[in-house]
Amino acid sequence: MIVNRSKLTFWERTYLPAIINGFKVTLRHFFQKSVTMQYPEEKWTLPEGYRGAPLLVKDPDNRTKCVSCQLCEFVCPPKAIKITPPGSEVNSELGNVEKAPKEFEINMLRCIFCGFCQEVCPEEAIFLKSDYSLTGESRDEMIFNKEKLLEMGGIHQDKIWKWKNK
Amino acid sequence: MGFTDFIIILVKIIAVIAVLMPMIAYSVVAERRISAWIQGRIGPNRTGPFGLLQPLADGIKFFLKEDFVPSHVRHAYFWLAPAITLVPAFMTVAVIPFGSQLGSEKMVIADLNIGILYTFSIVSLGVYGIVLAGWASNSKYPFLGGIRSSAQMISYEISMGLSVIPVFLVIGDLNLSQVVMFQAEHGWLIYRYPFTFLSFIIFLVAAFAETNRLPFDLPETETELVGGYHTEYSSMKFALFFLGEYANMIAASAMMVTLFLGGWSLPFGWSAEPASDIMTGIMHIGIFIAKMLMFMVLFIWVRWMMPRFRYDQLMDLGWKRFLPIALANIILTALWLYWDPFNAMEVAKNVVTP
Repeated sequence: MIVNRSKLTFWERTYLPAIINGFKVTLRHFFQKSVTMQYPEEKWTLPEGYRGAPLLVKDPDNRTKCVSCQLCEFVCPPKAIKITPPGSEVNSELGNVEKAPKEFEINMLRCIFCGFCQEVCPEEAIFLKSDYSLTGESRDEMIFNKEKLLEMGGIHQDKIWKWKNK
Repeated sequence: MGFTDFIIILVKIIAVIAVLMPMIAYSVVAERRISAWIQGRIGPNRTGPFGLLQPLADGIKFFLKEDFVPSHVRHAYFWLAPAITLVPAFMTVAVIPFGSQLGSEKMVIADLNIGILYTFSIVSLGVYGIVLAGWASNSKYPFLGGIRSSAQMISYEISMGLSVIPVFLVIGDLNLSQVVMFQAEHGWLIYRYPFTFLSFIIFLVAAFAETNRLPFDLPETETELVGGYHTEYSSMKFALFFLGEYANMIAASAMMVTLFLGGWSLPFGWSAEPASDIMTGIMHIGIFIAKMLMFMVLFIWVRWMMPRFRYDQLMDLGWKRFLPIALANIILTALWLYWDPFNAMEVAKNVVTP
């Protein structure tokens, strides 16, 4: 392919049009709204299905949905999840509730946010929510326990209330 | 010179430095903010209100950084170079009349009657800092930067020097205070004659080259020479180069304001008399600083607008374009003044007579 390079006119060769256009362009951009987002104060609107931190949710009755089946622990590729089932203890307060975990830890430093735990959960008790940029000052701080996971996860508005009529 | 004169000069020097240093510091902030606005960003706005404490943070950072000296440098020159870059920039300011009068004192540190010659000789020293830094670093990129710098400075020094000759042909005096007085009475040189306007254009472009600003920042060229002459420098020694660059910009702005934009005066003969009271005196200093800041903004603006010239284009522009134009400009001005169509010489004579 031959690019036809036309000769510059005298006016163009004085370099002045380039300078004038340069001033015009920069001046236009000077008064345009800046595209910078003030990050920690402003945040992105995350797309639907964003895979953030895996968190435990409660049902609208404020009950822990997790039943310590340990499927997520089993499927987790980096082995970030550690579940301590309640064993034979019975929590009389919760009535006919199945065995909610005694302790549920997710090591956010190991987690790869793959979403397998959410996919495998038969109780729909764990979801990859929109939390990102998890920070802490030590490794211990980055291991989220049950309390923290439930608090961050909040209440999941289910259509099916599994425990309602039990 | 009496003791009081000495004290007065000392006070002036301290006052000028006290204004100059923050100006340098804040022109760095201005550079970053303006570049950000041009590029659709916000720029540093976290340190203090509107990011106004940024120079302080930068300064602390420069002081606390390790002052690393590579083993292969030539130590004496390596240490000397940053100082040689910074000092001439400050020395230039000594002869600039930055205001008319405060009380009975003329607002200029040294009212030399060879002001412009002094300025040119001092400004030329600035290049030694860069060349020494390039050579003393004993490393390829600074070396290339130093070589480029010396070639560039020599080329543009000549155009710059020749471009101001018409100014002195018209005015007939080398004293910068007289230059400003002439412009206050007869109109600024930027619009008074076409020759002096052309001089201004050449001087402006040469000033960009002299201060190593884009589009003529070949000694630095981050993209090809890493950092040019200051590649091997760190900590406060680097900061001195950095300050030197901005101090040079301020000095060049001050020179342009003095030579072509009528110093402390307003255009079209408003407030043409040297100040008789303190308020007017302060206003005149304010006018001078405002004009200077305008040039600083121009320096910064152009940096974020134009791509860098190629080395041969730079030389071509300096030697083949500006040098002949500047020479022709001198001759035309001389002829114009010889024929004297608008009684220009009479005007000049009136000013020169003390």
